[in-house]
Amino acid sequence: MSTTSTTSTTSAPSPAAAPSALNAARTAATAARVLRQLRHDPRTIALLILIPCLMLILLRYVFDASPRTFDNIGASLLGIFPLITMFLVTSIATLRERTSGTLERLLAMPIGKADVIAGYALAFGALAIVQSALATGLAVWFLGLDVTGSAWLLLLVALLDALLGTALGLFVSAFAASEFQAVQFMPAVIFPQLLLCGLFTPRSDMHPALEAVSDALPMSYAVDGMNEVLHHTDMTATFVRDVLIVAGCALLVLGLGAATLRRRTA
Amino acid sequence: MMNYAADPPHDTLTPAVHADDLTVSRGTRTVLHHLRFTVPRGQITGLLGPSGCGKSTLMRSIVGTQAKVTGTLDVLGQPAGHPTLRSRIGYVTQAPSVYDDLTVRQNLEYFAAILDPGLPHARKRSRGAAPAAERRHQHVTQAIADVDLTSHADVLAGNLSGGQRNRVSLAVALLGAPDLLVLDEPTVGLDPVLRRDLWNLFHDLATTRGTTLLVSSHVMDEAERCHRLLLMREGEILADDTPDALRTRTGTETVEAAFLRLVDEAAAANRPKESNR
Repeated sequence: MSTTSTTSTTSAPSPAAAPSALNAARTAATAARVLRQLRHDPRTIALLILIPCLMLILLRYVFDASPRTFDNIGASLLGIFPLITMFLVTSIATLRERTSGTLERLLAMPIGKADVIAGYALAFGALAIVQSALATGLAVWFLGLDVTGSAWLLLLVALLDALLGTALGLFVSAFAASEFQAVQFMPAVIFPQLLLCGLFTPRSDMHPALEAVSDALPMSYAVDGMNEVLHHTDMTATFVRDVLIVAGCALLVLGLGAATLRRRTA
Repeated sequence: MMNYAADPPHDTLTPAVHADDLTVSRGTRTVLHHLRFTVPRGQITGLLGPSGCGKSTLMRSIVGTQAKVTGTLDVLGQPAGHPTLRSRIGYVTQAPSVYDDLTVRQNLEYFAAILDPGLPHARKRSRGAAPAAERRHQHVTQAIADVDLTSHADVLAGNLSGGQRNRVSLAVALLGAPDLLVLDEPTVGLDPVLRRDLWNLFHDLATTRGTTLLVSSHVMDEAERCHRLLLMREGEILADDTPDALRTRTGTETVEAAFLRLVDEAAAANRPKESNR
């Protein structure tokens, strides 16, 4: 993507130059628009925010007799929930945008692809903050999730996971021709990561081939980061590495997502 | 009547659209075959032909959203799809492309912010012009009024009828006072009164603002309201003329009859060629 100088917003009323560079006003307008769309759909918001909380409550009493297990799985799930829900919401939302013709209309206008992608990432990121804050707060203060480190770090990892989910959702929506296909990408993209991320069994216990695969999957580092916070008071080097990997993956996939937006289509 | 911020530069030297040897293929099929035509500025040019003849593909090529376009296609003096054209062309697709889960006004506000970004209160105040937010609000209100949806401004687009959603889509294209409006079947599903009102609006845009309009339709009676016509069939242009000249040339009463005459003539001319294959 060409990164020509970011046009200062003091020029002519309709600066058509440098459409590929990130324009703060257009990005903010896109994020606001996505949030406005969601506001007209309160049921989706309620489901997004309540389901992770309900699942955590469920989990807490499933492991009623072994609070240690709840600590481990609960912390991992705090990272996995935002990833899954944001993946689903984003893939459907952007698929709609592609099929309704609004994306074509937008890309025929002076908006950069990066503005569209960043707008979506911002809007769903904001939603993820609310979702993760509620789930983390509930787990730590009401369900007795025993974290050694700071709950803020849990929140940070959860947020990055949400961003990764948004990025993956944006990316796969390019390969789905219908909502049916988009939903099927969830088991295809998320389930293998879920199995290999160390939630069910430590990654070191897996077949070496699978362990190598899990080393290449971003969710492994998300769960790993959560566990670092769970067991250590300070920010460990491993935690920093995990956070950087998850953030890097999210940015990489967002870039790939931007590359799937085409101004000219057949 | 319309209070637009700035007059567009009246560059009458170059045509609004100039195509030469324009060929477009979709997949392995060639949809447009070596087209050559010009669309003059400040007039309404009707693009007519049966559905499936390539009207939409031609319009998408002009707007710059069609892939696999070869040959010459200049729009407002620039090659089609040039970045500077994105704020100068208003485009309405056949299916309304608006957000169903936003109200009419919210839809327009979003697209207005894309066309004319700029922070709500910043800049230009010193020079006496309206700040961006005010200017956008003005354009949005005007566009809603232009398509006669003021009473529905706060209704979700998804709750409107098909014809109303089409008009929201048209209103988006009117934002930012574009120099060229490319409208793909904008009057489908509208009652006669609204159709007349929209055609009055189109004429108004052409005469008072010098906007160039390229309007497709498969309803031949709309052809009579255009300044010029491009008659298309099977990816080729059968005629490029004024409605009057077409009727005179073919010795017919209506554009519809003229079109049929031209189709028959083209078929007759093609027959010996096809038998040679």
